[in-house]
Amino acid sequence: MFPKGTKRKFSDSGEEPVSSGDQSPPAASSAVARTLSSSYSLQRQSLLDMSLIKLQLCHMLVEPNLCRSVLIANTVRQIQEEMTQDGTWQIMTQALAAAQCPADRLVATEVLCRQTDAAAQAGQSPKPFSVVGLEEGYHSEEVVMEGDVETEVTMSTLSPVSPQLSSASYLAGPFGMGPCWEEEEEDGECEEDEEEDSEECVSEGEEGDRDHLSEDSRTGEQVFGTFEIKHPAPPPDPALEELFSDVDPSYYDLDTVLTGMQAAPKMGPYDLLESLSSHGPTTLSSSSSCRSDLNELDHIMEIIVGS
Amino acid sequence: MCFHHGSYSRWTKQEHTVGLYSYCTTLFTADIISTVEFNHSGELLATGDKGGRVVIFQQEPECKSQPQCRGEYNVYSTFQSHEPEFDYLKSLEIEEKINKIRWLPQQNAAQFLLSTNDKTIKLWKISERDKRPEGYNLKEEDGRYRDFNTVTTLRVPVFRPMDLMVEASPRRVFANAHTYHINSISVNSDCETYLSADDLRINLWNLEITDRSFNIVDIKPANMEELTEVITAAEFHPNQCNTFVYSSSKGTIRLCDMRASALCDKHSKLFEEPEDPNNRSFFSEIISSISDVKFSHSGRYMMTRDYLSVKIWDLNMESRPVETYQVHEYLRSKLCSLYENDCIFDKFECCWNGNDSVVMTGSYNNFFRMFDRGYRQDVTLEASRENSKPRSVLKPRKVSTGGKRKKDEISVDSLDFNKKILHTAWHPMDNIIAVATTNNLYIFQEKLN
Repeated sequence: MFPKGTKRKFSDSGEEPVSSGDQSPPAASSAVARTLSSSYSLQRQSLLDMSLIKLQLCHMLVEPNLCRSVLIANTVRQIQEEMTQDGTWQIMTQALAAAQCPADRLVATEVLCRQTDAAAQAGQSPKPFSVVGLEEGYHSEEVVMEGDVETEVTMSTLSPVSPQLSSASYLAGPFGMGPCWEEEEEDGECEEDEEEDSEECVSEGEEGDRDHLSEDSRTGEQVFGTFEIKHPAPPPDPALEELFSDVDPSYYDLDTVLTGMQAAPKMGPYDLLESLSSHGPTTLSSSSSCRSDLNELDHIMEIIVGS
Repeated sequence: MCFHHGSYSRWTKQEHTVGLYSYCTTLFTADIISTVEFNHSGELLATGDKGGRVVIFQQEPECKSQPQCRGEYNVYSTFQSHEPEFDYLKSLEIEEKINKIRWLPQQNAAQFLLSTNDKTIKLWKISERDKRPEGYNLKEEDGRYRDFNTVTTLRVPVFRPMDLMVEASPRRVFANAHTYHINSISVNSDCETYLSADDLRINLWNLEITDRSFNIVDIKPANMEELTEVITAAEFHPNQCNTFVYSSSKGTIRLCDMRASALCDKHSKLFEEPEDPNNRSFFSEIISSISDVKFSHSGRYMMTRDYLSVKIWDLNMESRPVETYQVHEYLRSKLCSLYENDCIFDKFECCWNGNDSVVMTGSYNNFFRMFDRGYRQDVTLEASRENSKPRSVLKPRKVSTGGKRKKDEISVDSLDFNKKILHTAWHPMDNIIAVATTNNLYIFQEKLN
């Protein structure tokens, strides 16, 4: 039932302090204790796993049902928000990040750890990340796979540039990368998005999830956003340009991708991610062949937890 | 599809009850039924299926030999409305499944209906031909041209009766206006325009113009990453040609006035019921998603269907519905399983009877439910051949929720979730209903005493 890589270690969960800055420590720990009652958290975890599988499978269908995808994505976000408030989200992603360190990803882990310390010091509550941080994953992999120090330095210099960003957004590395770049590039746009959101939900009142809308608009990498290929903050990599050169850019327009989702034989976003992570022209052809569902699921989970 | 036709008689236990139905059978087989719609007079009943076909049934004139039974419905016309298409740019197959059919009010001898699949709407003209010209001077009866030398006299061709032929011809094709999947179409009361709604946009069309449509609602966020809500249904007001509503996956209904602005992104009214904190769960949003919205015939109320209930709204009150009817509340404890098997995403439709006193909607296990608003009664009926004899009165069904199961009750765990009734329709004037199970169409009507 649990896909590979998502098994939680319950022994860890009870020991970690809650880093949320919103609650007073005694209330926080009792809240943690309450919600970490094993049956509830088990149920919640299995619901999260089920939802992620559904989201992934629905991307592989010939015609994804947008309404269903949106509802499942909202459910996942809801679970993630609750787990974030518990502090269990941080625990889970840290445990998973620590658990997976292939040789060529050591740099990523180190960077993650560095910024996670900063997060702990800042003591701010982690921003709600959005459903499947595929895009963040691809961004961070891309940057990291460059491998050179200069890029790393570039990455770390990004954080001071946007000091208002909660450093806890680097919490589970890949999630942080995306929002950071988004803030930088699209500050104006994000503000617009916030306004749009507030207009749309003007009558929604004080529903709890309304608060997250404005946050989402800033961090907002939802499952649908994972299919958008944005220009990375570093200067375009010639190797990547070559990868993209013969691909019709309109394919990656979100509209077309969402509605044009085809089964694995065609090059899809997951194929693209894989080709980017091992950048080289040869991967383009190999990724265009069919992959098994399980491999894709593994791949997705790896990206989510920021390996 | 299997087509069954029958009659029902009313309970006499109480002064006024929701009618019961019985039926007799006529069988057809076809594809999965995806939409059912009576025309404005009720004489015609159109069904669309997953294979892109439209089958129209016509009510026979009342037969004198059986005064208790109104005319039966028999097949009137069958045609292929939509074909599967392939979008080469996106490498996507476009299903031919008919999502919705809407009839136009009849204005001349022919009938017109709109049928739509995910991307393309078509206007079909259905016309009868029961006469044909005979006695041409230049042609033989079989169509061959006559040798001119054999023509010695002239005669006037005359129309002679022939076997009735029903022809369906596509008169308009409204294409390429929707990026997302069309879920609703609705003809305006002005009979000149209609709207089509997909997941994120609503377009306004003129029935005469196929190469242009106006976008009147657009909820697509600038950044698709922020998408959290989609449009699930839309309908024009039955009397006010400037008013329409659309429902969302978050359980809200927005009423818009087209006079206010060209782009109706700002609603005139927002209908939303505050969430019950006691019932909050991870599935709250999913089950609040509205699968259908229908105005009452009077235009004063509208009805919405979410996963577990039917709600009646007074258009003058936005804060909460005036009536709420539980369709299958016993499923609330099963939401996780229903999420797992995707049943929680089933889109049930609902409909009003002719005088807005009774509403009807489908459920699982081939059950469908009727709610009498005036007398506050409801009944559960089953559309199945096994449990009903021809011309007998249908027995009400009951699902047992407690531990003890009474005789004839069905336990929740033995419900068949593959047998779902998503599409129902009610004759605009009489008590005749059409209920579609997966492959079968049942028509029940009231037995007149």
